[in-house]
Amino acid sequence: MDRPLRLIAANPVDRLARVVEALLVVASQPLAVEDLAVAANDDAERIETALRLLGERYAEGRSGIVLEQVAGGWAFRASRDAAEACARLFERPVERGLSAAGLETLAIVAYLGPCSRPDIARIRGVAADSVVAGLVERGLIAEAGRDGDAAGAVRYRTTPLFERVFGLESLAALPRLDDLGGDADEIRARLEAVAEKRPA
Amino acid sequence: MIVRELELDLDAFEGPFDLLLTLVLREELEPAEVDVAEIVLSFCERLEEQGRLDLDACGEFLVLVAALLELKARGLFPEEELELSELEPEEAAEELARRLADYRRMKEAAGWLRERLDSESSRFFRLGPAPLAPRVERRLAPQDPEGLGAALRLLATEPPSVSLGHMALRFPPVSLFLERFRAVLRRRRRFDFDSEVGGLSRVEAAVAFLAVLELRKAGEVSLEQASSFAPIRVTRAGVEQKDQEWIARSA
Repeated sequence: MDRPLRLIAANPVDRLARVVEALLVVASQPLAVEDLAVAANDDAERIETALRLLGERYAEGRSGIVLEQVAGGWAFRASRDAAEACARLFERPVERGLSAAGLETLAIVAYLGPCSRPDIARIRGVAADSVVAGLVERGLIAEAGRDGDAAGAVRYRTTPLFERVFGLESLAALPRLDDLGGDADEIRARLEAVAEKRPA
Repeated sequence: MIVRELELDLDAFEGPFDLLLTLVLREELEPAEVDVAEIVLSFCERLEEQGRLDLDACGEFLVLVAALLELKARGLFPEEELELSELEPEEAAEELARRLADYRRMKEAAGWLRERLDSESSRFFRLGPAPLAPRVERRLAPQDPEGLGAALRLLATEPPSVSLGHMALRFPPVSLFLERFRAVLRRRRRFDFDSEVGGLSRVEAAVAFLAVLELRKAGEVSLEQASSFAPIRVTRAGVEQKDQEWIARSA
């Protein structure tokens, strides 16, 4: 006589992993470990163990679905192998036609946020109103209080969607500002290095 | 080359340079919206087309564009005007270098984001509304279906219609008072208008007065009043020759 298939895993971690998996399938945005713990009615440490298990199962190259840590939580995305097929069926409207001005403004909000439109205008040297409105519409930035009191300028910060679109675990995953070329001496040194490398 | 006629095609404005300056000076166009670098590029392109250096045009352009730049700077940093004017040239240069470095860093950051966007273009995920819908537990007090029914019944009955009667004036016909006064004058030679209309409403009294005027116009009565606001005496025509003559004169 054949042994019956064991469809239900006896291992409690495996059982928890199934619950976490289900929650992540239902969610339309990344879920933090705390959110998962509350929903699964279990403790955070065990959730992390379950996530590790799922991470192995849903790794790039092993499945069409990939589990990733992004925007301060965990979420499923399509594997990169399937990107072409996905692109034929779906668009990535958030970043379509994102201008250089939009990216500069996004960088300012990501690094210095929450910051107001006057703050952005000070750095970029042009009024930021329409660019900011465009980014808000795309859902990449959102209002985050006001300068000073209630009458102050509206401040903006980046949204979890921004981190997700750019594949950032959190804002801390951005390169350090000091590492970006802003130092006059460093810029000069880099230019000289490029000039030296260039064949005569 | 005439600098003022330089055709511009900017995000915020399209037309001759002259008009742009006029609009900025009239405060109909925000200088902060004007891309000055784009204007300089347009000018340089025109200059190149000419194939020779037009010093007059360059000088004029420099003056105009410098003025525009100053207006823009004031517009962008109104609160800093004082602060910056107090800076020594050395400090101002340092401040400028610092700001340029700040901008350069952000430009580099934007470049990094662009690269990241390109490398992540194969990232597809499910998109949904930004925040999770909060689960609000609504606690309702114990409900009484009978009470709800009674409340609905109350709402379902048609409210009594409101009378608008008081809003329109009701005028009795003048003929009513004509008949009434003729009847009085058949019995008496004269009567006092005030005592005849005593007890009537203002509207009725006014219509009665119109009736008296009608009778007077038809020559059926003569009117007397000793002074303003004194009682009006209405006398049957032909009773006093004097009155009759007066009527004839005034008619």
